[in-house]
Amino acid sequence: MFKIVEKKVLAPSIFLMKIDAPRVAKSAKPGQFVIIRMDEKGERVPLTICDYDKEAGTVTIVVQSMGCSTRRMAEFNEGDYFTDFVGPLGRESEFVHESIDGLKNKKILFVAGGVGTAPVYPQVKWLHENGIDTDVIIGAKNKEMMIMEEELKSVSKNLYPATDDGSYGFKGLVTEVIKDLVVNQGKKYDEVIAIGPMIMMKFVCKVTEELQIPTIVSLNPIMVDGTGMCGACRVTVNGETRFACVDGPEFDGHKVDFDEAMKRQTLYKAEECKKTEAYEKNCKIGGAN
Amino acid sequence: MSEIVVDRMKKVPVREQDPQARAKNFEEVCYGYNEEEAVAEATRCLNCKHKPCVGMCPVSIDIPAFIQQVANKDFAEAARVIAKYSALPAVCGRVCPQEVQCESKCILGIKGEPVSIGKLERFVADWARENKVDLSHTEPKNGKKVAVIGSGPAGVTCAGDLAKMGYDVTIFEALHEPGGVLLYGIPEFRLPKEGVVKPELENLLKLGVKIETNVIAGRTITIDALMEEEGFEAVFIGSGAGLPKFMGIPGENLNGVFSANEFLTRNNLMKAFRDDYDTPIKPGTKVAVVGGGNVAMDAARTALRLGAQVYIVYRRSEAELPARVEEVHHAKEEGIIFELLTNPTEIVGDENGWVKGMKCVRMELGEPDESGRRRPQVVEGSEFILDVDTVIMSLGTSPNPLISDTTKGLDVNKYKCIVADEETGKTSREGIFAGGDAVTGAATVILAMGAGKQAAVAIDEYIKSK
Ligand SMILES: Cc1cc2nc3c(=O)[nH]c(=O)nc-3n(C[C@H](O)[C@H](O)[C@H](O)COP(=O)(O)OP(=O)(O)OC[C@H]3O[C@@H](n4cnc5c(N)ncnc54)[C@H](O)[C@@H]3O)c2cc1C
Ligand SMILES: Cc1cc2nc3c(=O)[nH]c(=O)nc-3n(C[C@H](O)[C@H](O)[C@H](O)COP(=O)(O)OP(=O)(O)OC[C@H]3O[C@@H](n4cnc5c(N)ncnc54)[C@H](O)[C@@H]3O)c2cc1C
Ligand code: SF4
Ligand code: SF4
Ligand code: FES
Repeated sequence: MFKIVEKKVLAPSIFLMKIDAPRVAKSAKPGQFVIIRMDEKGERVPLTICDYDKEAGTVTIVVQSMGCSTRRMAEFNEGDYFTDFVGPLGRESEFVHESIDGLKNKKILFVAGGVGTAPVYPQVKWLHENGIDTDVIIGAKNKEMMIMEEELKSVSKNLYPATDDGSYGFKGLVTEVIKDLVVNQGKKYDEVIAIGPMIMMKFVCKVTEELQIPTIVSLNPIMVDGTGMCGACRVTVNGETRFACVDGPEFDGHKVDFDEAMKRQTLYKAEECKKTEAYEKNCKIGGAN
Repeated sequence: MSEIVVDRMKKVPVREQDPQARAKNFEEVCYGYNEEEAVAEATRCLNCKHKPCVGMCPVSIDIPAFIQQVANKDFAEAARVIAKYSALPAVCGRVCPQEVQCESKCILGIKGEPVSIGKLERFVADWARENKVDLSHTEPKNGKKVAVIGSGPAGVTCAGDLAKMGYDVTIFEALHEPGGVLLYGIPEFRLPKEGVVKPELENLLKLGVKIETNVIAGRTITIDALMEEEGFEAVFIGSGAGLPKFMGIPGENLNGVFSANEFLTRNNLMKAFRDDYDTPIKPGTKVAVVGGGNVAMDAARTALRLGAQVYIVYRRSEAELPARVEEVHHAKEEGIIFELLTNPTEIVGDENGWVKGMKCVRMELGEPDESGRRRPQVVEGSEFILDVDTVIMSLGTSPNPLISDTTKGLDVNKYKCIVADEETGKTSREGIFAGGDAVTGAATVILAMGAGKQAAVAIDEYIKSK
């Protein structure tokens, strides 16, 4: 059993949880994820590690309520327990293995979208702790949905917020911010790391391909075990089938077949909707515990 | 009740669930013997002096000894005999390929049918569980720590044997529940989880073995850290062969194409067949299962029970089907359609990325290949489209490289199988032993158990000689 030691609501339908999981905290690195099974009947839900504290033995996750599982998860509170919490899964970000001096000469731009802002944080923080400056774009629907701005501000060099409706920061999509920075302001970047909804990553890659900036994305396909045993997480990268849970989740964005990946994400849509409907009907009765 | 008349040359028949009824439920197919049937079958055994059957059992169960106890109606004593050799008799009695193991050398098999050793073993194990026979005898604790990676048959056997010798054993399991393939792979209707697998695992806990789930060697912890930081004097790796293969044909990533592992895991481990569990499954209406092994049969019979019409598509002929004869027979009885000498060449999708058919060619058997089996060749011009909306790939599995990639100096072969001594399980690293599917590639429950057993002996010798 894994105790929830802290819970915070960051935005409507987005919440943060800090979980007591010393073994995971000890081994976690930027770019990796965990799988949570809330209780006996729960599914295995993959979530990116947003922060970890090796001393305290805690791991932080940020979740957006979408379907049945993530809504059910939102009902768990401080002091409650998750039945299963496993990780860290996947490979750590590539830069963890690069030389610090090499990284200091590299200009990295992070592009975060929606709840994808949370997984960007440990990466920017790790680089900051190693003395490396980065720029970060955060995209959100509106001001209310923008998360972790303060945290990211404290560890990045320049932060560029953007909202679809212009209620805060730049009005428009993150792809427009990238173009603005590079084309209009003449900034040079050696690498872009984009994390967010699949559709956002697809269009970021279109733009960075034109601008010839190598781009890493973090894929979030459907998963079951997260250890390479089921193949549910297959994605096509550079024409080859890869398992996102063990070969990724980060890949060269210019080589990812996003259209296939987006289709595969809808595989269980009909079934999930049924479960979500059923869940809404007997709301809370079948909920936590 | 009428006396059972025993024909020395024939097995006492075993009762099974009606094929039509069972095609719609997940209850166990085979009912097993009752006391009367078991005693009758036991009287067939000749109690041979040189015990040819025992030599073919990878864990060397004293087969005639336990069968004599069944004949004497001392079922508790029969259970004690088996417990000396095996930690999972209720499992093995159900899923061991007895026809190529113990029963293959039974003297009675020369002129007639061999003794039904597996069914008798199952009977004894079930009886012992139902009658709560205590089988947890252990030596005094010696305070020495051994780690076991993986809780499949190899790991469980090794852990159980070491615990009986007095070791302090901890199993680390990647998934949220222990059991390995017994839990996530083999379906409920062949191997009940609550009734059979869990009680056998609980016996392990009674021996003092600790099980830590949700721990992945190579991710959560490393083998080196276990030995250097956590004080384990030896490690046994029984991590199985879980990585599924795909064919590499066009269309394999379409929606509706699954590995057998995914399909079975969703259903068995995650209980997707039950509405009150969150994990979804998509059984489809017309399903092609590609492959001919036990795994293919299990996937096919699971899809059938979820309401689909199911084809087995296999490129060789019936004689070469690697699955157990009993399973093929059961599958046919339940209505699975066999498309033999047939090979898929492409999976065809609709505009939204969903499977709408599978292009296949017919095959014929040519000259024997390296494996001695006749090589299938394409029949020219035989291409056709099988009308299916779901394809389940069941082409075998290989060991996951997570552990070998993160443990320096641990040798693997070109198939990523850990290189280990056949007799002892010793690997290229001192203090690290391995066995089961992780070493051999996908094999059987009883071979994995045999390897776990041998490694336990070797680990004991290793630690004592340190
Ligand atoms: C490696 C990885 C890391 C992830 N990290 C995070 C994270 O840090 N925070 C977070 O909130 N979520 C994250 N996700 C996504 C999260 O796992 C899914 O949102 C969750 O499983 C949805 O479950 P559900 O039952 O609530 O919704 P469902 O009922 O399963 O789905 C609801 C809707 O969401 C869509 N959907 C389902 N799965 C995904 C997915 N993986 N990505 C996008 N859309 C999906 C469905 O098509 C459906 O329309 C991650 C996924 C992966 C694979
Ligand atoms: C569907 C199916 C049907 C089968 N039917 C039969 C049958 O009828 N008869 C028969 O004899 N055999 C059958 N087999 C084969 C048999 O189940 C296997 O040969 C046997 O289970 C192998 O045992 P094992 O202990 O080596 O590995 P497994 O049973 O695979 O167990 C390995 C365990 O290790 C865990 N693990 C893996 N990596 C790690 C890691 N890095 N850290 C921690 N834990 C890890 C896994 O999660 C798993 O629990 C079948 C297999 C399948 C898939
Ligand atoms: S364990 Fe398997 S091989 Fe050994 S006696 Fe039992 S059924 Fe036969
Ligand atoms: S070979 Fe057959 S008859 Fe002889 S002891 Fe073994 S089971 Fe009995
Ligand atoms: S999630 Fe099962 S193989 Fe990746």
